[in-house]
Formats: sequence, structure tokens, C-alpha cells
Amino acid sequence: MDSIVATATPGIGLRGASVVLSDVEKHFDSVGAVRGVSLTVAAGEFLTLLGPSGSGKTTTLMMIAGFETPSRGDITIDQRSVITQPPHKRNIGMVFQNYALFPHMTVAENIAFPLRQRGIDRATRARLVFETLELVRLPGYETRYPRQLSGGQQQRVALARSIVFRPRLLLMDEPLGALDKQLRESLQLEMRRLHADLGITFIYVTHDQEEALTMSDRIAVMNHGLVAQIGTPEDLYDRPCDQFVASFIGESNFFPCVVLGIEDDMVIAESGGTMIRALAANFPPRGETVTVAIRPERLRFADSHPDMQRANRVWATITEAMFAGERRRYQCRCDGGVSIVVKEPSGATSRRRAEGEYVELVWSVADTVVV
Amino acid sequence: MSIGRACFAAFWSLVLLFLALPIAIVVLLSFSSASYLTFPPPAFGIRWYSAYLGSSEWLASTWLSLSVAGAVVILSTTLGTLGALGLARLRSTAQAAVAALVAAPLIVPGIIAAIGIYYAFSRYRLVGTPIGLVLAHTCLAMPFVVTSVSASLAGFDRRLEQASLSLGATPWGTFRQVTLPLIRPGVLVGALFAFISSFDELIVALFLSGSGAVTLPRRMWDDLRFDIDPTIAAVSTLTIVLTAALLGGAHLLRRRGGAR
Amino acid sequence: MRSSAVALPPIAIILPVSRRIAPALLVAPLVLYMLVFYAAPLAAMLARSVDDPTWTVANYRQLIDDPVFPIVFWTTLRTALIVTGGTLLLGYPVALAMSRLSRGAAAVVLIIVLLPFWTSVLVRSYAWMVLLGRRGLINEALSASGLIDAPLKLLNTPFAVQIAMIHILLPYMILPIASVLRQIDGSLPRAASGLGAAPFSVFTRVILPLSMPGVAAGVLLVFVLSLGFYITPALVGGPHDYMLSMLIAQQVDLLNWPYAACLSATLLATTLLIIAVFMRLPGVRDVLRSVTR
Repeated sequence: MDSIVATATPGIGLRGASVVLSDVEKHFDSVGAVRGVSLTVAAGEFLTLLGPSGSGKTTTLMMIAGFETPSRGDITIDQRSVITQPPHKRNIGMVFQNYALFPHMTVAENIAFPLRQRGIDRATRARLVFETLELVRLPGYETRYPRQLSGGQQQRVALARSIVFRPRLLLMDEPLGALDKQLRESLQLEMRRLHADLGITFIYVTHDQEEALTMSDRIAVMNHGLVAQIGTPEDLYDRPCDQFVASFIGESNFFPCVVLGIEDDMVIAESGGTMIRALAANFPPRGETVTVAIRPERLRFADSHPDMQRANRVWATITEAMFAGERRRYQCRCDGGVSIVVKEPSGATSRRRAEGEYVELVWSVADTVVV
Repeated sequence: MSIGRACFAAFWSLVLLFLALPIAIVVLLSFSSASYLTFPPPAFGIRWYSAYLGSSEWLASTWLSLSVAGAVVILSTTLGTLGALGLARLRSTAQAAVAALVAAPLIVPGIIAAIGIYYAFSRYRLVGTPIGLVLAHTCLAMPFVVTSVSASLAGFDRRLEQASLSLGATPWGTFRQVTLPLIRPGVLVGALFAFISSFDELIVALFLSGSGAVTLPRRMWDDLRFDIDPTIAAVSTLTIVLTAALLGGAHLLRRRGGAR
Repeated sequence: MRSSAVALPPIAIILPVSRRIAPALLVAPLVLYMLVFYAAPLAAMLARSVDDPTWTVANYRQLIDDPVFPIVFWTTLRTALIVTGGTLLLGYPVALAMSRLSRGAAAVVLIIVLLPFWTSVLVRSYAWMVLLGRRGLINEALSASGLIDAPLKLLNTPFAVQIAMIHILLPYMILPIASVLRQIDGSLPRAASGLGAAPFSVFTRVILPLSMPGVAAGVLLVFVLSLGFYITPALVGGPHDYMLSMLIAQQVDLLNWPYAACLSATLLATTLLIIAVFMRLPGVRDVLRSVTR
């Protein structure tokens, strides 16, 4: 086990651990929960495993923590394989969805628990508990019991407990799932700050794509036990590699198209009578059927944006117009029959459009992707 | 209040009276000064309590019952707690089978279990010995311990164990510092019920006591059959008080365990 | 997603043992103990019904030929039925009252209902001996008020057995019914009243049917316990009120093991059969589980 950095004070970064998963699989009876995951987490990175329930993200996390053994493949932390190492020797911090605070111990006893297991003396324990409570912004809560705390406070104590012994890797299993929206958002910011302060590696599991986009350095989107795509939040948002990622992260409109040809760096395809140009990672052959994605908020009404360059255009009829606070949402049917959604910020600068209106929509080719 | 409601209220009040009365009578009788079984008693006194406390046989039986019950508590709580911990993690078919085995003493009529045990124990000269009683009573107490500890475990969050392991506690350390404190109320309640079930147990004692290990209930039974004097009322009252105190404690423990 | 994140019990991590075996290690001492000191003796005794002197069912034939057995069996059955009916009649209203009273009052009633549990069966049986004896409370009260000239023979009669058993088994009927009544969604009787049902109709058409699982559980408990009852009938019953359990004990006293084993097997089979039938009724299993809290 790594030794505690006895003089560490919050704010001084610690090197994080690097984690490598190689072809990791996990089967329960005949069900393949994780079917071949390979990824590399850099030291000090904030990586999120994002996916719907059943995608294998929690199982993957559990294998890194040591509570599940991979059926196949290897997991190394700091270049050392940990597959045969039991969880209590791995020196990893872990935060659970329901906090898992020991109800029969005070906040101070909870946080001091890992220090006791490591034989730290009482005075040092007290000091570290005090410092860590300051770090998570709960000073003075030492003698309270978990049942006396609110959800947000409990989560911060759980965090404190998992970092007090200065692990180099912190695993988090949907820790904010039980909290309401505003609390979630403020805690997300705190976690981001904590990550910056501590400098250790965070691996975070969530099904909430907004959360993932806000907090992560990189996101690994998982589906049916495999990693669908891994990249920075912007990569995933702007260049989703398949329909699943395109619709799981944010919202996407899809146009089924037939490839007509290539021009420079763009693919030209035709959908229901309309020509669409899109960016593509590889160039599919002529005649092939592909799907092209475009995000609703990148669509514009042509009469408000007359000067768009390198744009795709399509005519559509508005079938539903809805007001949703900070934006307006229009359900439209294109001339070719495809149903799409347009999202536009609300406010005085944009005209409110009515159902039944026949409009031309325009958007940048750079925002169009073949998935 | 309408006639119907009044009748209904009267009816169930009478039933409650019916439930409480006989016991109240036993308690009152224990303070009677008459030397035979008569009610109402002519005068009051603590004659029969003195008789009980002055009788070496009654006291010996009391001591035997208490020590047998104590041993039963230790044995059944240990086996039952470990068993409940394992039971919770068994696969469903194995779990059902073990649960049925443990619940058997509750299902099989007492007389059948008693003669079965008597049949086997007499072969090994366990009749008339305290050990025989302890071994038999432990079987009968087991369902109470396992049920109580299992109930406690059902409300126990496994993730607390995982959290503890992830924080560096060894499996044994986890059991000691996290699991055990949290299931302790369930264990104690089970222990209390085990004690009471052994202390009050009569059917098995009828066959196993022989002449060398006469438990308190067995002595009361013999007295009732042959020579009814109100000493029994005094003993009964004392056992009522003891049992009530233990059950009251169990109830408080359960409340406290639940509040956590 | 299946929650597989169950921590292994301590042993599984100390030794490199698979998760299947470790729980078995914890359970093994318990299982072994119960098998050796409970199941094996029981099985050995019951085996005497068919293997004395060699494998035969002759003893069971003796059962059929024995003139005493049918009488005793019928007495036992009749007593169980009467006691079950009696506890149901007396207990249901108490359970109903408990479900309607305020929290504090219901707690007091619960204590009174649980009171008999605080006293052993022996003590309760003794209480009835005191009540029903020639110089007991009832006779003294009746003769003091001049209603009778000579003391009635109340003790050592079938009546004594029945009333005493009803008294002792009443809580077993009240608790399951009260448990179910408490769980009935409060909006259901309100909905019924709102739809025009008079209070009595609300009871017969809404509450009573919904309380049936509790009634079934109570009936099961009381009936099965009555079948096997020994102490009370032995103390307050008369020489002609032999129950099956007493017959078994008598045969053991006579060292007539094969016959005692047959009788035991019969009693056990009857008990198990009734339990099996009743457990299939909807909701009974859950009621029993929630009552043994």
C-alpha cells in the first residue's frame, strides 16, 4: 500500500494513478455485462463512464475497485496488474450512490475510518479529518451522525472519507443520483474543483450526459458492455461516431441518405430530394446508405440567417411549436418526409413561429456528421 | 354512539378482559395466605414466596433452568448468527432448504420433536442431564435467533461492507467494525427469545429431565399433577415478571435497532 | 442491471474460495447441528414406525384396527375446529378494533393481546385450573351469588380444554388479522363510502374480503397448534378427552415405540398437509412473514 503523504495539505497536487483496462470482459452466467472493454486512463485525468443502465459501466467500475473479478482481460493500476488483489489492499477511494456512510459512527469516525485501518495515530487522524472537512466545506461537523445530515452533506462526507487517506485514484458510482437538480449542479462544480485541487485520477460513472459533459476531461460512452466512443466532451458532442452516441449525448436529428459522391473533405448525399453535405471520418462508397446527424440547436431558420456560408438547406412544415423556458422547440416535417426538431433560444430577437408555417432551415456543413 | 357500536366496543373489551383475567388471578393468588387453591383468597401475604425461596428443590430447579437457558443462549446465538450471515448469501434453492431445516422446530408439533429427541438421546445417556437439555433446547431456540438476525441483516446495506473494504479494512475488520455493531440489536433480540424459550420450555423437559435435571417448568408440572398448592402461583408470578422484563427489553432493542 | 456487487463474506477473501462456498462454510455448523440433534433423532424415531422388527407397514394397520385411535383423532380434530372457530369469533373483533383505534390506544390493546405471550403455556393452563376448579373463581362466584347450590364440574371437561386453548391461542389469531387490517389502504373504505356504501356494507364488501389472507394465516396457525397441543389438554382435560398428543405420550410411557411413531407420523403428516394447503392461498405466506417481525 502506498504510504500516506503525512504533510500533505489541500491544494498541493498529488500525482494520480494511471489505469489501463485491456480487453476486459465480465459474464454473469450467460449474460455478458462487459464484453470487451479496453481503455487507458491517464494520471490525473477525470474520466467518465457514461451510458444507460445495463451498459456495463458500473460493472466496469466494480472490476477496477476489486469487487468483481474480470472473466477475461487485465486491469493495471500504475502499470501493475491488480486482478488478483483484494479490494482492501488496492488503496483506491470509492464513493457510492447512496453514500454508504456508517450509521453507527459520527462524521469524524467515518472519515477517520480508513486512517485507523492504516494505523495512523490519533493526533494525525484528528488533523487530517479536520483538514478534509475543510476541503469539502463542512467544517465543524465532526460530531454529527449521518442521519442528521442532508443528502448533499452526506455526499460530501462520503467524498471526504474517500480522499482523506490520499488515494491516487478515486472511483465514483453515480454519487449525485439521489440529489435534486440544483444540488447536483453545485456539487458537480465542487467535484471539478476538488479534482483540480487534488490532482488525482477520477473515474466517474453516470447515466446523465449533461453531468458527464460538464465535469469530464474525457468521456467513454458505453452501450451493451462495449465502449461506443471515447473522447473529450466536445469531440463526442460534435463528432459522434454512431447513432447511439449521437442520440445519447444531447439530441440529434437523423437523415437517412444515399451517398452521391465526395467533394474535397465532404460527403455529398441525398435524402428525400434534398442534397446534404457532411463531414465524415471515412468516405463511404457511392450508392451506400448512411445516416447523417445534425443537432437541433444548430439548425437555423433561413429567413433570419440569410448569409450562411457552406450551408445545407431544407424546406419543412412546422407541426408543433413549444415554449420551454430558455428555448423554443419546433417539431418539423421536412419535404422528404423526415421528422426533425429545431431548438432556438427564446427572447425578443427571434420571431415566434406558428404551427403550419412552411420554412426553410439552414445549417452549417461543419455541424453535419455521418454516423 | 349507536347501539351497534356500543355492542361492538363491549364485545371486544370483554375479550380483552378474558385475555388478561386469568393471568391477573394467578398473580393475585400468589399473594394468598390460604394453603389450598381457593379463590378469592381469605387474606393476603407473601407466604408462598417464602415457601418458594425456602425450598431447596425449587431453588435448585430455578438455578438449573437459568443455567441451561444461559448455555442455550450462548450456543444458539453463536451458531444462529453465523448461520444467518451465511444464509443471507446462499443461492435460493440452498437457502430455502436451510431455512426449512431451521424453521422445522416451529412447524413440527412439540410432542413429536420431544419424543424424537428423547428416543435418540436416551441411547446416548443424555436423559436426566443438563447437557441433554442444553442440546435439545438449542434446537428449539435456533429459529428465533436465525429469524431475528436475518431480519436485521435484511435491513443491512451491503454497500457499507464494500465501502469499508474500499477504505482499507480487512474482511475481518469489516465484520468487527461495521457489520456486527449494526446487527447487534437483532442478535440480542434473538438471544432474549432463545433464553425465554428455553426457560419456559416444558414438553421436551417432560421427557428429558428424568430425575437428575428437573427444570423449573418440570417441577411446576409435577406439583400441579400431584399436589396443588399456591407455591406454584408464586413461582408463576415470578416467571411472568422475568419474562415480561426480558420481552420489554427485546421490544426496546428492536425499536432502537429500527430507528438507526 | 443485476446487482452483483455483493461483498463476499470475510472467509471468502481470507482464503481464495469462490463466492459459492464461503456462505456454505458459515452455514455448515448450524446445519450440522440441526441435523444431528434434531432431524436425525426425529427421523430415527419416525423410522420405528416402519422398521420394527423389519420393513413393514404392519404398525399402520394397527392404527386402523385400534378402537382408541379414531376416537382420539376425532376428539383432536373436533377440539381444533372448535378452538379455531372460537378464536376467530372472539379475535376478529379485537383485531378490527385495533386497526381503528388511535396509535396510543392501539398500543395498549396490543400489550394486552401480547400479555399471554409473556406467560408460559404452563402458567396459563394453571390459571384455568384455578378458575375452573371446584373451589375456583367461577364456582365461588356463582355459589356466592346464589345461582348454584353445588359446585359445577368445569375442570377436566372438554369445555375446559376448549376454553383454555382458546384463551392461549387467541393472540395467534388476532395478530395476523390485525397485521393485514393495518395494511389495508385507507383510501379503499373511503372510496366505498363515497360511492354510497353504508358502514356495514363497507365492512362486508371491502374490509372483510381484503382481510382474508390474515384470517387464513390465523386459522392456519391456531388449527395446526391445536392439533399438536399437549400441556393444556393434559392439565385441564378429563380422562375421556384424550388428544392425539396425549395418546402419543402415553404410548411412549408404555415404551410402545413403534405405535407411538405411527401416531407421530400421522400427526405430522396431517400438520404438514394442512400447512401445504394453506400456504398456497394467496397472501398467507406474506402475512406470516410480516407477523414474525
